[in-house]
Amino acid sequence: MTTATATRPAHRRGRRPVKRNPNGSWQKTLYWVATHSIGLALALAFSLPILFVFLTAVMSDSQALSSSLWPESWHFENFFRVFDKVPLLQYTVNSLMYSLLATAGMLISAIPAAYALARLKWKGRNTVFLLVVAAMMLPPQVVAVPLYDMWVKAGLTGTLWPLIVPYFLFDAFSVFLLRQFFLTIPQDYIDAAKIDGCNEFTAVWRVLIPMSRPGIAATGLFCFLYTWNDFFGPLIYTGENKDNWPLSLSLASFRGQHAVEWNLMMAATAMIMVPAIVLFLFAQKSFVRGITFTGVKG
Amino acid sequence: MTATLERASAARPAPNQGRAARRRRNFLTVLGFMSPAIIGFAVFFGYPLIATIYFSFTSYDLINAPEWLGFGNYIRMFTSEPLVLTAMYNTAWLVVVLTTCRVLFALGVAMVISRLKSGVGLVRTLCYLPSLAPPVAATITFAFLFNPEFGPVNKFLRFLGIDGGLWFSDPDMAKPALTILALWGSGELMIILLAALLDVPQEQYEAAEIDGAGPVRKFLHITLPTIAPVLMFSIVNSVIFALQFFTQAVVAGSVASGSAEVAGNAKDIGFPQNSTLTFPVWLYVQGFRYFNMGYAAAMAVLLFIVSFIFTALLVRQMRRASHVEEG
Repeated sequence: MTTATATRPAHRRGRRPVKRNPNGSWQKTLYWVATHSIGLALALAFSLPILFVFLTAVMSDSQALSSSLWPESWHFENFFRVFDKVPLLQYTVNSLMYSLLATAGMLISAIPAAYALARLKWKGRNTVFLLVVAAMMLPPQVVAVPLYDMWVKAGLTGTLWPLIVPYFLFDAFSVFLLRQFFLTIPQDYIDAAKIDGCNEFTAVWRVLIPMSRPGIAATGLFCFLYTWNDFFGPLIYTGENKDNWPLSLSLASFRGQHAVEWNLMMAATAMIMVPAIVLFLFAQKSFVRGITFTGVKG
Repeated sequence: MTATLERASAARPAPNQGRAARRRRNFLTVLGFMSPAIIGFAVFFGYPLIATIYFSFTSYDLINAPEWLGFGNYIRMFTSEPLVLTAMYNTAWLVVVLTTCRVLFALGVAMVISRLKSGVGLVRTLCYLPSLAPPVAATITFAFLFNPEFGPVNKFLRFLGIDGGLWFSDPDMAKPALTILALWGSGELMIILLAALLDVPQEQYEAAEIDGAGPVRKFLHITLPTIAPVLMFSIVNSVIFALQFFTQAVVAGSVASGSAEVAGNAKDIGFPQNSTLTFPVWLYVQGFRYFNMGYAAAMAVLLFIVSFIFTALLVRQMRRASHVEEG
């Protein structure tokens, strides 16, 4: 047994020939079974809550109040009934307005800034980059008071503009992430384009942007999701005006209006989760790349 | 902007062109690329940060002009208001407990995934997916799961013969329940840590195995030092997450209290018994429900100072990492 533990190739096949004893292979199997069952259990534990949301969403009104987990009969019409209870369509339009316009604005403003931070050589570049990182880490609550004051004076509270406009100028996280991606594109390609007669602007447009498409896609996805999920911003700026609520705010208030209808509540919850899940399943690679970039490539 | 750039480069670098002209052109290029960001930073970060500090020394209700108070707001914060102290305690609790649990849990899951030989993609996807759920939706989901009467969690516990608690309705269990919710959504950290774990050179493990090192020693002497920068990033990231903890606290409290219209009244914020009243939540109530903008600004300054310390830590960490990369 002792030799088995010492020479057991654990999870990696050793390069040198490992002394095999009769126990080696079943121990390997045991290890395989153990890790894979833990992995499976984790995957299950993570997905169960979402599964319960969908199962409860299609239960009948009375069953949703019992403590059953599996629907007796499937009421897919619940998803449509939510639309009768609250102006969900309007809220969806508001959410899409916020997320799509903010993402478009982010792309316009962040790509040039990230390029200047990643590729152009200038004095004070590192200091400016540190300011970007600092802005990224700043809790939104810290600057909320003067910003709210500003938008009140501009007469734009109650609308979505205070949420969207900033993205057309500056979004710290996107600038940071895009810079990290741009750093991975070899300078040679841009230099070659310049030798072929491109100026700084056309080199970015014709060479850097097409080559960074995965990174730009990842940044766009993060921006879209962040705004789709945002609660604090809409609460402050559109809280007073129901007509401009995005989905996050309406969902948070849904329970108050429809106290015991858990099936409809879960149907609404499911519908807000779906875009995020679908986006992820379509663009898994971009997401994972983006995530690892924020943490690993400092 | 574009015109300037095009004209600048249309003039081909003539051999006798001075260095000053080139530098000027370079400066204009940078300015062209950076100007929206400069304006955005000044308007949405620079100005409000300075204004917050100014407002924090005043009494301001948005309508009447700010009235100078000196350190009045700060003195009030630490002496005459018990709820702000409760809020500080709750946020400190989250910073300590939530950060510890989140980082250890994410690391544990990442280590399990890194050891899988098949199904890695599927397991990774399923573990990461919940972190994308909108916080409001995730919180409502957990309020449902943790429902004392018919929630699946208590139903399962009853099946095991355990008496499940009141969760979001019990002041002692509300914060632990929020912590579990945060663990469910910690997929982002898992992916970062998983990438770091997969980057550890395998030869080192093999060499250590030849030397007879066990799994614990291999973890302490090889894995930990290699992933240290990423681990550091995860900790700081989680601390900042805990310092900003807002949406989940507000939504959990309001759903559990049953009366909620989140954007309407402030009555059920912090339910039950102020156990979910975090610092940003109280800042929000003071500033945007009671319109004590000066007092909210003072709270914001305190939040800023604490966040700044952790950000400075992160920036130092990243600088060190980039030195390694460039060197």
